[in-house]
Amino acid sequence: MEPAIRVTNLGKRYRVTGAEKAPYRTLRESLTGLATAPLRRLMGRSTRAGEVSDFWALKDVSFEVQPGEVVGIIGRNGAGKSTLLKILSRITKPTTGRVEINGRVGSLLEVGTGFHPELTGRENVYLNGSILGMSRKEIDRKFDEIVAFAEIDQFLDTPVKRYSSGMYVRLAFAVAAHLEPEILIVDEVLAVGDVGFQKKCLGRMRTVAGDGRTILFVSHNIAALQSLCTRGVYLEEGKIACDSSVKEAAGLYLNKSQYCHNSINWEKSVAPADNGLILIRAAILDYNGEVATRLTCQSPLRIMLEYKVTKTIRNLSIGFDLQNKEGILVCGSNSEGARETHEPGNYTAECRFPGWLFNEDCYKIKFILHVIDRVLLATDWCLAFDLYDDEGHGSGRIKIHGITRPQLQWSVSPISFGTSEYA
Amino acid sequence: MSPPDTTSTAAVPTIVAPDRRESEIAAPHPAVRTVIEPPHQWEWVDVGELWRYRELLLFLAWRDVKVRYKQTVLGASWAILQPAMMMVVFTVFFGRLAGVATGDLPQPLFFLTGLLPWFFFASAVTSASSSVVGSERLITKIYFPRLCVPFATVLASAVDFVVACGLLGVVLLFYGVTPTWNLFLLPVAAMVIGGLAAGLGTLLAALNVTYRDFRYVIPFFIQIGMFATPTIYSRPTGAEGEAVHWLLILNPMNGLVDTFRAAAVGGTVPWAGFGVGAAVAVVALFVGCLYFRKVEDRFADII
Repeated sequence: MEPAIRVTNLGKRYRVTGAEKAPYRTLRESLTGLATAPLRRLMGRSTRAGEVSDFWALKDVSFEVQPGEVVGIIGRNGAGKSTLLKILSRITKPTTGRVEINGRVGSLLEVGTGFHPELTGRENVYLNGSILGMSRKEIDRKFDEIVAFAEIDQFLDTPVKRYSSGMYVRLAFAVAAHLEPEILIVDEVLAVGDVGFQKKCLGRMRTVAGDGRTILFVSHNIAALQSLCTRGVYLEEGKIACDSSVKEAAGLYLNKSQYCHNSINWEKSVAPADNGLILIRAAILDYNGEVATRLTCQSPLRIMLEYKVTKTIRNLSIGFDLQNKEGILVCGSNSEGARETHEPGNYTAECRFPGWLFNEDCYKIKFILHVIDRVLLATDWCLAFDLYDDEGHGSGRIKIHGITRPQLQWSVSPISFGTSEYA
Repeated sequence: MSPPDTTSTAAVPTIVAPDRRESEIAAPHPAVRTVIEPPHQWEWVDVGELWRYRELLLFLAWRDVKVRYKQTVLGASWAILQPAMMMVVFTVFFGRLAGVATGDLPQPLFFLTGLLPWFFFASAVTSASSSVVGSERLITKIYFPRLCVPFATVLASAVDFVVACGLLGVVLLFYGVTPTWNLFLLPVAAMVIGGLAAGLGTLLAALNVTYRDFRYVIPFFIQIGMFATPTIYSRPTGAEGEAVHWLLILNPMNGLVDTFRAAAVGGTVPWAGFGVGAAVAVVALFVGCLYFRKVEDRFADII
């Protein structure tokens, strides 16, 4: 039998330009590029040094999905899951390789794509349904079912901008849930609405999966994946690290994220040691002081380092640098002033971060132990952790841009008539 | 290309076997097979696919029209009021005060027959050129033929234009203009203008994604275009007319506006100008679609 999806040597390369540069070009850049290209060729360089670097979001990915299989795609942030789904749903083209899909594809990378705030619930059902690939007749047929699922019948003719975020998301998901393609591609959209509605969504997905449809799921919700999927594909740095049962893939994912990232116990023989200092253990802890398993943007966290001092050191500071996935140094800090003199013995240093500080990303940490004028010991990037933004922005759960993710106070109020100069 | 039946975009299987469930579940549909490969250099638009997505095209246009007049008291009457007010303003300032020659036609009628096709063109090009950049959310989250986006905005502008043509009918009746056979040319001229706007709009929309410079260029170009088109003056005659004649004939809207006017009020049809306009429209549509197709694969990555 022919597979529903056949992926062969798929690769996707992104050009990473300097962070200060906009992703689009201005005409001037292209024109100067055009003018200097022959010169550069003459000099034997294809690009100006340091300007562009390549980043392979996916590399040599091959797999097949049989009709009726329900596959969970698992991986850390930036492992290439979303890129894979974007290629499969034809939003972006691969750089190398080939995909063959047999059957109609419906993809759900976001709920409420194309919802217009000014339009009413009824109008948005038609618009969104059409965008998702349903025909008018089909929407007509399923309309009542969609409205019943969303539980919004009395607000059907109200513009969705007046909906509560819960209502908005329920309606958006209801339309999406009634999409009936042969192959369904779903990205992290199950975690919408309140708990009751999430259960309903999951139930709906289970029905769809039980119907014999081919489904590809991406989610960080491992429990949900385990209950829905029969097979798991674990992606790591753009490559398939494991393609097996969902249990095995999920196990590997959970294992990896603990073992090599969130905490490290140095063996005596390989422990970083210098100038009378030996490192013992380092970990990212949650607010309970346990080694963190899953951290969200809102969770407070601690960075912990245990070390041994073998001779008396004055003015020792424990410091670290924190870097995000793009290699941007997000922050650094040190314990200066926390303890003046270290007598020989074991110590533990802890740095506490409040919640609502960093945005969703994966972060790496290295430690630097120093005295006033020189570094005594520095490690590689030895710890890593992921932050997930479960809340997202508003009802659409849009990822908010930026490095930080503060929780800020807003107030919006009408200006009373006559007091404003613009009135 | 033969139009497939409407169910082909639906989730209903294209081949309806007696036992539908069986055919749906037992095997993936041989009818729909998609191959995804790295982008090719130049490719022609997949017209069949565009046709399958025609409902989406209509929905997007419908959305644009709907949203434009939401929360306005007067609603779609704005489509009539705007050209009506412009007609009055032009008649007062250009007609009465500046004394622009309008030939044998009553001034309001002259201005209106120039303004209507010009505003259709201008609004279609302007909205189409910013349409793709404005649809970032859609383009990065779902697949559909991207050409639907600029085409839908042209269609939405066409709706306004058709409504505004009602005003033209009223003004024609008011001045007692007897319709001639030329009137049949009116929809033809309008469609050619629409085609020209779609071609240019599509090209600019694609360029705008890569080069945001066009954001600034387009309004400027539209403004210059209005003065380079006989919307508010009739083409000069005599020696000085000769001098600008060749300049004006290069502007495709020139002949099209003249044709539209001749279609509405009668008189000789400027076939040469119409021919130039139609030829440019075809070329613009071809080049626009071809370039758009070439770069649309990158939209989601660079938008």
